[in-house]
Amino acid sequence: MRAILVVAGNTYRETIRDKILYNLVLFAILLIGTSVLLGTLTIGEQSRIVNDLGLAAINLVAVIIAIFVGIGLVTKEMERRTIYTILARPITRVQFILGKYLGLGFIIVVNIAIMFAMFLATVWLSGNAIHRSLFQAVELILVETLLVMAIALFFSTFSSPILSATMTLGLYVIGHLTSDLKAIADKSQSQLTEVVLTTVYYVCPNLEFMNVKGQAASGVLVEAVYQMTATAYGLLYAGLILTGACLIFQRRDF
Amino acid sequence: MDAILIERLTKTYQPMWPWERPVTVLADVSLSISRGEIFGFLGHNGAGKTTTMKILLGLLRATSGRVELLGSLAGNVASRSQVGYLPESPYFYDYLTAEEFLCFYGKLAGLAREVIQRRTAELLERVGLTESRHRQLRKFSKGMLQRIGLAQALIHDPELVILDEPMSGLDPIGRKEVRDIILSLRDHGKTVFFSTHIISDVEMLCDRVGILARGKVLALGRIEELVKEHAIQSVEVVCDGVVGAELPDVQSLATRIVQRGERCLVILSGQGHLEQVLAILRQAGGRLVSVIPHKNSLEDIFLERTNRKV
Ligand SMILES: Nc1ncnc2c1ncn2[C@@H]1O[C@H](COP(=O)(O)OP(=O)(O)OP(=O)(O)O)[C@@H](O)[C@H]1O
Ligand SMILES: [Mg+2]
Repeated sequence: MRAILVVAGNTYRETIRDKILYNLVLFAILLIGTSVLLGTLTIGEQSRIVNDLGLAAINLVAVIIAIFVGIGLVTKEMERRTIYTILARPITRVQFILGKYLGLGFIIVVNIAIMFAMFLATVWLSGNAIHRSLFQAVELILVETLLVMAIALFFSTFSSPILSATMTLGLYVIGHLTSDLKAIADKSQSQLTEVVLTTVYYVCPNLEFMNVKGQAASGVLVEAVYQMTATAYGLLYAGLILTGACLIFQRRDF
Repeated sequence: MDAILIERLTKTYQPMWPWERPVTVLADVSLSISRGEIFGFLGHNGAGKTTTMKILLGLLRATSGRVELLGSLAGNVASRSQVGYLPESPYFYDYLTAEEFLCFYGKLAGLAREVIQRRTAELLERVGLTESRHRQLRKFSKGMLQRIGLAQALIHDPELVILDEPMSGLDPIGRKEVRDIILSLRDHGKTVFFSTHIISDVEMLCDRVGILARGKVLALGRIEELVKEHAIQSVEVVCDGVVGAELPDVQSLATRIVQRGERCLVILSGQGHLEQVLAILRQAGGRLVSVIPHKNSLEDIFLERTNRKV
């Protein structure tokens, strides 16, 4: 555990010292600013639009960090050959991967927390009520981001950064369309299409499951059971993928 | 117990695609290094030195063979706890300062905070980087990186130090400092395994050497023994006042004769005919200037051995 924390701490420091993060936070500030502007323009539905845009911005920024920094976690260490001296220490490869994941995971939590706080401030400043559903939505955004990060890390253990980014983005898009895929599969006449699409539906992570932004924006609470199931699903899936990443990473030559 | 034990080690890189041929980089390499020894690993570019070291540290997996470090199998976490490693042309986290960098590796080694602080200061002093300790590694020169890399390998005072070309990129002062560090490691009973292309470093430092070429160990042993074993000595005789080419007996015995005005240089392939040649030269009225026997150096052995197979 100590080794994991040491690696996590260093990952945290590295990412913080990388300017990328600041840019993304700036981006979030801009988006939230725009939502305030838009909100003042549209009378009546102001609250819903501010909520919608704010949550979407947080989600987008968090996922972008997860994908792009997530892929760099391991590939950068391999490209720069810093991994040689780390793995030459009494630390297992699993500890290394978990430390990397934990380090970025912590950054993501902090980031989402900061963005969410800024968002709540804009909501409050624009004179709207802060609804409890917003907290539900942001919790599931966090779970989704942690899952996407695991996927990015997984791909990066065996493929190039560009390929990993493409595959993660692809899976992200599919992950949001799985229910549509299932619907198509059920309606499809062709046996083959049905089998393929149903397989995709069950294998790919169902990210739409963790998307309650729409309801949250209009202040509709999600049932506690749904919230917990979605959280458990996301975290378990992330754990599974992380296990896969460790297995692959353990076999690698450097 | 040996510090390093390598038995019949083979490494074959499996190609990505089935139609590419697998490359065998190490073929049946065996060597053992006892504790307290300084072992030099010589070999031309691409001989497989780095590959061997990476296998020792578990960075690469051996295709076959047995590899042990300090009594435990390579690849085990335990095998690496008493080992320090400096990779070739090292590159480190460039956003860390020299001090943070050493501190990080100290933590990875599981050292206590006070120990890390003490060792960091000591090692920065020893590699001559005390003044740059608050500078980020991105602002370090190649030689400075090499120095901080060496400090990193020594932070936990390991029993066994594995250095991949520790002298490369260093200025003459830096090389002397690294040599001194290696010698002082031996004084403290540590084992040092290092690779290099520079034969004089090996001659100066090592108890034993191994010469690797094309993934095979071509020579292994103490330098004196290796040099003696292949002692094909040559002798250079310098003599004034004669023209060597005009002396048929000398010409038939010498391997080469070089004439520069008054001065004549006669090179003999061994000591066998030295007395005879000296007598002829004296008779011809020559004034003997010098007789220099040339011992076969490690370099000759290295060149001879590696060329023969290549
Ligand atoms: N991933 C790889 N796939 C295929 N061949 C490789 C791979 N890595 C190294 N090699 C080959 O292995 C051989 C040995 O390389 P190695 O780096 O061990 O040599 P070296 O003795 O350290 O050389 P140098 O003195 O240049 O550092 C080289 O011929 C190299 O081309
Ligand atoms: Mg090398």
